Amino acid sequence: MRNNTSPALRGGLVHAVLGAYTLLALFPIGLVLINAFKARAAIFDDPLALPTPGSWSLIGFERVLSKSAVPMFFGNSIVVTACSLALILLLGAMAAWALTEYRFPGRRVLTLFLAFGIMVPIRLGTVSILELVVKLDLVNTLTALVLVYTAQGLPLAVFILSEFIAQIPPDLKDAARCDGVDEFRIFFQVVLPLLRPAIATVGVFTMVPIWNDLWFPLILAPGERTQTITLGVQQFIGQYATDWNAVLAALALAIVPVLLLYALFSKQLIRGITAGAVK
Amino acid sequence: MRARLPWQVLAFLLPALLVYTTFSALPLVDTLRLSLYSTDEAGRQHLAGFANFHTLLSDPRWSAGFWNAMVNNLKFFGIHMLAQNPIGLLLAALLSLRGVKGAAAYRTLIFLPTLLSVVIIGFIWQLILSPLWGVAERMLGWVGLSSWFGPWLGEESSALITLSLVSVWQFVGIPMMLIYAALIAIPEEIIEAAVVDGSSPWRIFWRIRLPLILPTLGLVTILTFVANFNAFDLIYAVKGAVGGPNYSTDLLGTYFYRTFFGYQSQVGSPTMGATVATLMFLVILCGVAVYFFAVQRRLQRFTF
Repeated sequence: MRNNTSPALRGGLVHAVLGAYTLLALFPIGLVLINAFKARAAIFDDPLALPTPGSWSLIGFERVLSKSAVPMFFGNSIVVTACSLALILLLGAMAAWALTEYRFPGRRVLTLFLAFGIMVPIRLGTVSILELVVKLDLVNTLTALVLVYTAQGLPLAVFILSEFIAQIPPDLKDAARCDGVDEFRIFFQVVLPLLRPAIATVGVFTMVPIWNDLWFPLILAPGERTQTITLGVQQFIGQYATDWNAVLAALALAIVPVLLLYALFSKQLIRGITAGAVK
Repeated sequence: MRARLPWQVLAFLLPALLVYTTFSALPLVDTLRLSLYSTDEAGRQHLAGFANFHTLLSDPRWSAGFWNAMVNNLKFFGIHMLAQNPIGLLLAALLSLRGVKGAAAYRTLIFLPTLLSVVIIGFIWQLILSPLWGVAERMLGWVGLSSWFGPWLGEESSALITLSLVSVWQFVGIPMMLIYAALIAIPEEIIEAAVVDGSSPWRIFWRIRLPLILPTLGLVTILTFVANFNAFDLIYAVKGAVGGPNYSTDLLGTYFYRTFFGYQSQVGSPTMGATVATLMFLVILCGVAVYFFAVQRRLQRFTF
């Protein structure tokens, strides 16, 4: 890309590379989606063709929905993700507030203690986590998953929320303090509502890994009634690997909700990841 | 910043600390402790010093599997460093050029796969690369390369590379996004000054923009490192816990799972599992330490 190449040529090249990579990123997902709606013969005859009235079939979806409890798996995933996110946000904001607002002995040590959890994967403690969950009689419960995911998400959430709390103008808090409002009400009524923009950022970094996790559902809650969608789809496909209609339909069912959510929230999500650098 | 009654601070801190300590910090410490114990036939645990580590690293029945998983994991990481991060850098550099129409759309679409479960992605690529379905073969045929096609996921020589590239394909959006954010955060004046001086865009990229985003490249490296040495889901979804064919895709994550839970004829052992986890912890800790003490400290001098 020297100066002597014409701008038009350069622009074309840039679009060619970006466009090609975008195609590469979308093609596998599109392929699954179009074939999920086709009859078995059409899947094999022409995988790249869109479903036509002649090849249209919902047999895969019928089989998945009759042989596995996909709606329940979704329910489990939603409950686990939502409860974990709510706990992470609330407990994380409280801890972040304590660590940024007050000066007290051991503050630095506690910050470091929490920061440790950002870098070290919680999975490495699995042996003892399972022992603990057995002791608490929480095996095959969604509660176990929520507690572990909350512990997993808190360190990064505290870190992100501290940055947000540090940006809150001190006047707001001081005005409340002058009026004699106690610290708890300042936090819950003044600070917490101001943290709403942080939800997007914290959400990106905590929700996606929780929703997609296979490890802890597999180890802590593999029972029929507590499987999350990721584990449920994994088990279903393992069992019906030769039923192409069902496999494609199961994959499509797992993909579509994520696509819809992404279509709605991609802007907030990308802003969250890039910490506001992208407007 | 103010000093307050400690009980108020405690009330704000305690719930988070309680959950984090009980379900993350203590289990990790307890895992390190368990690695020093061994389990006898009756299932009782007793202190065994570093015997487990000795077994794992030198007893051929254990060490062959462990070192195989370690080497595979290093290759897995190497392929990510050679493919994922350079591609991420290239895409970010192109996206951050001035006046690229549709940059936001490209960015959004390329990032999409990172949001899907690794399990789903693994299955999708398994289908695409399946000789039974023939999609990959047919597409290679378009460019006259159908003879290249082989059962890549099923062959010992190519399975690990193929799975690594599937992982690269899925996660390239993360370095792209982080590097892109760093690139557009570079103050315009710096670039403009270079343009006025007559520097070519090529030179501006290598001599000005790249050095300025080195801290981000360091961050991307350590994030890749931690994620790779902790990987499990993709291998488990596509290849099962044994990392086949013939353990050629076995990573530390799958080795840890088998050691802890057992698989087929192998009986699981919590204490040996804890030993594997401890070694994984040490590997990750080394990586993080190198990042903080060597990379991060030096690089911060270049930040603006």
